[in-house]
Amino acid sequence: METKNLIPIQLLCKQYKIPESFINTLQEFQLIEIIIEDDDLYIHTTQIKEVEKMMRLHYDLDINFEGLDAIYNLLNQVESLKEEVKILQNRLRFYEDL
Amino acid sequence: MAFIDYYKILGILKKATEADIKKAYRKLARKYHPDLNPNDKVAEKRFKEINEANEVLSNPENRKKYDQYGEHWQHAEEYEKAKQQQRHQKSSQESYGKYSQEDFSDFFNNMFGGTSSSARDRKVKFRGQDFNAELQLDLKDVYTTHKRTLTVNNKNIRITIPAGVENGQIIKIKGHGGHGVNGGPNGDLYIQFSIINHSKFKRDKDNLHLTVDLDLYKALLGGEIAIDTFTGKVKLNIKPETQNGSRVKLKGKGFPKYKKDGEFGDLLITYQIKIPEKLSNQEKALIKELQKLR
Repeated sequence: METKNLIPIQLLCKQYKIPESFINTLQEFQLIEIIIEDDDLYIHTTQIKEVEKMMRLHYDLDINFEGLDAIYNLLNQVESLKEEVKILQNRLRFYEDL
Repeated sequence: MAFIDYYKILGILKKATEADIKKAYRKLARKYHPDLNPNDKVAEKRFKEINEANEVLSNPENRKKYDQYGEHWQHAEEYEKAKQQQRHQKSSQESYGKYSQEDFSDFFNNMFGGTSSSARDRKVKFRGQDFNAELQLDLKDVYTTHKRTLTVNNKNIRITIPAGVENGQIIKIKGHGGHGVNGGPNGDLYIQFSIINHSKFKRDKDNLHLTVDLDLYKALLGGEIAIDTFTGKVKLNIKPETQNGSRVKLKGKGFPKYKKDGEFGDLLITYQIKIPEKLSNQEKALIKELQKLR
């Protein structure tokens, strides 16, 4: 498998000075996806932003994993609602222009 | 530069304990944290204020100095002179967490000479802040893929705007946000398109709509008309007895599909039949004759 866009979890944790258990728990809550390749654990580079966000929420704001899970789902809902509002606004504009 | 009441910002009394400060900070930070309020400038500003207040009040040394000088903070400079060199050496080696110097007010920077020796001991690499910008374009601009140079924070960025972007759509320009902290990667730049339509076409995603006036006789007897498309005129056959409000679809004459090179939506034409006005006596007589025939 191509590992070009994958970051070893060990390296990530060392870099951010966080325990590996943090990443494992995020995975248990299905907040990130861990990729296993030749017995090594990786995460995709596209998920780093999410990991950083959850680190800030967990370590800076003392939000536990259940809270992170709820926030993650609610933020996703906010995003979909924003997208829906955009589509509806464009549709409304179309009819208003008629 | 005005005095900032950090106690007021955190909503606590002057006699608040360290635990009270921490509790107040956490409560407000959870409410205004940028991760929980994406693209909300007001929340971002509020969070910076809360963070700054916490940086001062959660550090006993800074809090003491703040309490001592308070509104007369400008005199703190003399007091600090003796310690200046020592602190300068120390502060240059410390971590600033994810907050950059520009996240603090002039008041703070002047009084404390930059970020305090906070309790943060994680020297962590963080991505820089994401930037948001709005770009106004005309509908005809987004009919074709084109390049455009934007100036963001005094830096020129050349971006490609793909044909078919929608009003309100956001594209990400990787690495053009704020600088990373402690060697972390730069944030991203998010550009939201605001598309203004000055044309006679109405856009609905990839489809274009156009209302065409049709004279009564052509609608009754059929014929040929030339209509405008986004790229020029085309000839169109009108069927005899075309009804008012009827629609025809010109396949592939609509708007380009976003990131689908060479694919286009349709152009939907609605006929609006124009009834002749100011009829002559002869016309009226002839129409009455027609009426008798029906």
